[in-house]
Amino acid sequence: MAFSDKTRENYQTALAEIQGAGLFKKERFIHSPQDAEIEVEFPAGAGLRKVINMCANNYLGLSSHPEVIKAAHDGLDSRGYGMSSVRFICGTQDIHRELENKVTEFLGTEDTLLFPSCMDANAGFFEAVLTKDDVIISDRLVHASLIDGIRLCSAMHDTYKHLDMAHLEEKLQLHADKRYKLVVTDGVFSMDGDTAKLDEMVALCEKYDAMLLVDDSHASGFIGKTGRGTHEKYGVVGKIDVITTTFGKGLGGASGGCVSGRRELVEMCRQRARPYLFSNTIAPVIISGILKVMDIITRSTERQDKLAKNAAYWRKGLSEAGFILREGDTPIVPVMLFNAKLAQDVSMGLYDEGIYAIGFFFPVVPQGQARIRTQLSAAHEISHLDRALEAFVKVGKKFDILGKTKQEIIAKYGT
Amino acid sequence: MAIEGLKNIILDYVIKEYLEEDSEPINYETPLISGGIVDSFSMVSMKRFLENKYDIQIPDDRATPDAFDSVNKIADLVEEFVAGKK
Repeated sequence: MAFSDKTRENYQTALAEIQGAGLFKKERFIHSPQDAEIEVEFPAGAGLRKVINMCANNYLGLSSHPEVIKAAHDGLDSRGYGMSSVRFICGTQDIHRELENKVTEFLGTEDTLLFPSCMDANAGFFEAVLTKDDVIISDRLVHASLIDGIRLCSAMHDTYKHLDMAHLEEKLQLHADKRYKLVVTDGVFSMDGDTAKLDEMVALCEKYDAMLLVDDSHASGFIGKTGRGTHEKYGVVGKIDVITTTFGKGLGGASGGCVSGRRELVEMCRQRARPYLFSNTIAPVIISGILKVMDIITRSTERQDKLAKNAAYWRKGLSEAGFILREGDTPIVPVMLFNAKLAQDVSMGLYDEGIYAIGFFFPVVPQGQARIRTQLSAAHEISHLDRALEAFVKVGKKFDILGKTKQEIIAKYGT
Repeated sequence: MAIEGLKNIILDYVIKEYLEEDSEPINYETPLISGGIVDSFSMVSMKRFLENKYDIQIPDDRATPDAFDSVNKIADLVEEFVAGKK
């Protein structure tokens, strides 16, 4: 037997260490469609509880939108369930290309290629277009999927301090001798809700002859005046060489991702990106749903506007109640608690009050920066937010953190 | 080459390049990579900085996380390559 008792014991020890370090992740079973209110079984075996969801990436509230569900049903009937093939053998339908064209138009790029997820898009892109003669210069807080993709590529990799444009410029000078220079950033940073200064980054990339890649997964569909993304917010549509993004968050929330950008770079991915070449693409039923999502978000900005209003209302409410927030203007609103145990205890306290919001702590965020990350949705009504605010205030009072400074919270709970 | 001067240059670079305003102070012995101050990706810029400044080439098989794990270790490595030029 290959999986010997000794091997099992070793893995059990490793798992116990994860648990001992307070890093063990447990799933909570949701028995309803994704929405502003969900029915949750937690802990496993407990009775169902209806709670307000403050931690989904369901930014536009389209995850369970009736038009999207109907479109998915219709797609299932007209295009079937599975493709049973990768794209380049017999796994491409007309609707795959139709979605790629719509995304290209929406993002203001030259071409788009779908991937099973944005994780796959990021895993496949770098190796497909760069070699050891090149350098990748990334923000130090980019998403883990970008780090993994960069690791799979033979190009040199360097980093710059988070959002520090002077430091980025130094790095562009340091690596001036490289054949291609590719600067990599998230559009919206998922843990802090802050945004990359893409106007300044485009200017620097033009000055130093570098390409720019933006992962806009936490922006596509709702950041910028018409929801095109972070590049629209900073007025640089058409100037980003590569955008990677997901359909698993604001854009319907099911699954799938893409690389969108310069025609030749996208074509290189079609020829060489391994997650594209060796995996089925997004299933027809999901493509049909995403096509409807694209229709909904381009025919009006109603949902984007509601999301922005909700985010501003929520941020103001928490701030006035005396919580410490990360500064920003996105629908990601982190409530800073600094201590990992406090973040977990506050999360449990909120759950008891009917609010689903999760604590984040090291290694997902830096040591001593534990927090509850709240995320707004266009599916939230003001009544949801008022109830959630009431619960936050009640729990905040219980732990005596309202109106306290960072130093006071750390003095009481440690880092 | 004066080793103390070299160590100071490296220490200054590490502070400027990798530390944040509220970071704990470091010294010549502080573990940089194993201590989580410098990640293995960000090590690249220090290597290139030292190569440009001292006109040396440190082969990749010598630029290991262990060899870059403290100011003292980095200074020893740089000194070896600078001496090799003469």
